[in-house]
Amino acid sequence: MSDIDSQDDSNMSADDAEKPSKDGHIGEQSVSGPGGTPKTSLLEARDPDAFDKPTLITTRSRLAKDFRFRVMCILTACASVLILVFLLGSILGAGIPTLSWTLLTGTPEPEPENAGMWPALMGTLWVCTMCALITLPLGIGTAILIEEFTPRNRIARQVLALIQLNITNLAGVPSVVYGILGLTAFVSMFSLFDNSDNADGPSMEVGAVYYDQFSNVASDPFIDTGDTEAEERYFLFPVETRDAPSTVPKTGMLAYENSEGGLKEVEIIAIDPFADDAPTDADALSRTIDSTSDPGRISEKQWYYLRLPFGRGVVAGALTLMLVILPVIIISTQESLRAVPGTLRAGALGLGATPWQVVWNVTLPSAIPGIMTGSILAMSRAIGETAPILIIAGIVYIRSAPQHLMDDYTVMPLQIYNWTSRPQEEFHNIAAGGIVILLAILLTFNAVAVLIRHRMQNKLN
Amino acid sequence: MSSTITSPENKAGSQLRTQHDPDSQMATVHMRTDKPHTEPAEKDATAIVMEDLSSWYGSFQALKSISLNVRKNKVTAFIGPSGCGKSTLLRWINRMNDTIHSARATGNLHLGDLDLLASTTDVVDLRRKVGIVFQKPNPFPKSIFDNVAFGPRLHMKLRRNELLDIVEWSLRKAAVWDEVKDRLHAPALGLSGGQQQRLCIARTIAVGPEVLLMDEPCSALDPGSTLAIEELMNELRDQYTIVIVTHNMQQASRCSDETAFFFEGKLIEMNDTQSIFTNPANQKTEDYISGRFG
Ligand SMILES: Nc1ncnc2c1ncn2[C@@H]1O[C@H](COP(=O)(O)OP(=O)(O)O)[C@@H](O)[C@H]1O
Ligand SMILES: [Mg+2]
Repeated sequence: MSDIDSQDDSNMSADDAEKPSKDGHIGEQSVSGPGGTPKTSLLEARDPDAFDKPTLITTRSRLAKDFRFRVMCILTACASVLILVFLLGSILGAGIPTLSWTLLTGTPEPEPENAGMWPALMGTLWVCTMCALITLPLGIGTAILIEEFTPRNRIARQVLALIQLNITNLAGVPSVVYGILGLTAFVSMFSLFDNSDNADGPSMEVGAVYYDQFSNVASDPFIDTGDTEAEERYFLFPVETRDAPSTVPKTGMLAYENSEGGLKEVEIIAIDPFADDAPTDADALSRTIDSTSDPGRISEKQWYYLRLPFGRGVVAGALTLMLVILPVIIISTQESLRAVPGTLRAGALGLGATPWQVVWNVTLPSAIPGIMTGSILAMSRAIGETAPILIIAGIVYIRSAPQHLMDDYTVMPLQIYNWTSRPQEEFHNIAAGGIVILLAILLTFNAVAVLIRHRMQNKLN
Repeated sequence: MSSTITSPENKAGSQLRTQHDPDSQMATVHMRTDKPHTEPAEKDATAIVMEDLSSWYGSFQALKSISLNVRKNKVTAFIGPSGCGKSTLLRWINRMNDTIHSARATGNLHLGDLDLLASTTDVVDLRRKVGIVFQKPNPFPKSIFDNVAFGPRLHMKLRRNELLDIVEWSLRKAAVWDEVKDRLHAPALGLSGGQQQRLCIARTIAVGPEVLLMDEPCSALDPGSTLAIEELMNELRDQYTIVIVTHNMQQASRCSDETAFFFEGKLIEMNDTQSIFTNPANQKTEDYISGRFG
């Protein structure tokens, strides 16, 4: 190999008058390929007539320099590790004693000893899973487009270069900015869907069924006891569309009773609130409603429930986090694709593979470990990201895990932030516990990924 | 310069090979094994015709009006100093230059009656007919089997045993079967450089090409492996039209039937190898082959 290179060198210089001529011996020493920098200065420096004997640098002083540099490296490494150990130590010290089953599976409560972070945990899972599902294909696809399908057309190439420039810059934008963007673009969707008849509701929905709710009945049919769930029974009546005229409850009307065993069809007894012919037996009482009551409405939403604009739901959060990590994923994927040797691509192309077959069979398999590393780092960032979520979801009191894609949610960092901003010391301690859980999740995530990556690399080589 | 552009044998062969039915593919593969093309009628058949071929990288002209014929089932060597455009010329024959955005070419370049420079030419199909082997062995980071099966899998739907047949046939043909038959599922990157290069040749002939392009196939190899590849070329010349770029004069004189000498993008001289090396017509050629430059 090096023989051929040196042949190239001497031959090129012989042809090219601009290049200083050099003899074959120097050509062989030269490390540069054809057209590399001429090394004539070396030749002159060795010429004994031109210079005095050069003073040699003593081995001892070179070794001393080496030693100093090594000590410096060790010191900086130690400093960062020490800081990390100190931080981890203090968090673990405060957090581990508060770890409990309640903290993991409970809901946030006003009393620290009962408070848990289950809704936040599930919120994080929902939002990050959604975010990964959206971002990974998008980011990896974009990187493949830029790296592997560079168009021949010059204008198209310039457009891609512009996109590339944007992506590189976007990776450095603070995440709060993305939070604000997410608020306008995803939560309210630039107010595109607002309409005057329906100022507060969504303007487009799929996947939700609504029931009109006539009344709450407890032991006294006319008193809405409301707050305790055990006492509540709902009379529900299905309507075709949510714009149907409100139904005035009448005796004999069919309704769904929302009881323990699920929905049960029952016949309504509607009575005048001022009459005294209220039924007395418990079964009839449970179907009795105030005939003047205004129907309320409760909805049943499925996991595929979708509305526009997205509002403060899981999807809006996932999309906003996508903005934060998309540039990171694109750039890291590009790096891994670039690291795949061009000779492999040429080999596959030479066998008659289409560009897509080259990407799918050769480039991607070789780049996957690198792509995974980048994606995992990006996802870890998404899990820990607080600022954009704070902007689009706010600190809200969420008592249950998200049930569908548009459901309100909170995430672990936000819950932790919430607890640390309380005055009580106990909340600060369970916040530390929350951090320990968050760290454990992140570490598990990374460990699994490193394992998979390792497996794949072993398979390749 | 140009004789017949269309050779009927060539056409028939390519039609056979483009059939996608797995059984007929196998039949084709075996037919090629059984019947080396040695009929005298084919002896002087022309496989590739170039007329006035010029090529540019941006504004730099790498090839200057090249006209030459490559004969069928012969080994043609391209020699010349580095940077004279040998690889560029080779890469036009299977349009690998398409991957270089600045590259363009004018003139005529035909394989049989297929116009190789036309933008309508199906390059994917072309590269099946014209395989290329590179300077540095470049097996995929997959198993030996998967490397050889890679090409056939791209083009055909094959049953497992048919694939096995093709892989074995190709590896035998590339004279590497005996060395790898016990470890077909071991990583190809574990092979030695020479074995890797023969694996790459096996991989290339597995898709059933008519023409084999080799761009300095031995310059990254030790002398032993070089010898093995040269012997292999001797074996393969019966069935393939081979074009080899080499820096090694001995290699060119040992293995090629015809030799073309290029200098600064121009074809200086082309003749049968014997005459080029014993009695070159051009002074430049003589200087080059006697090692006075390059
Ligand atoms: N991708 C490329 N872009 C621009 N110039 C190129 C490219 N590839 C080769 N060249 C130039 O074209 C000329 C011929 O190159 P090449 O065909 O590789 O020569 P050879 O194979 O004979 O050494 C050289 O001067 C080289 O610098
Ligand atoms: Mg070359």
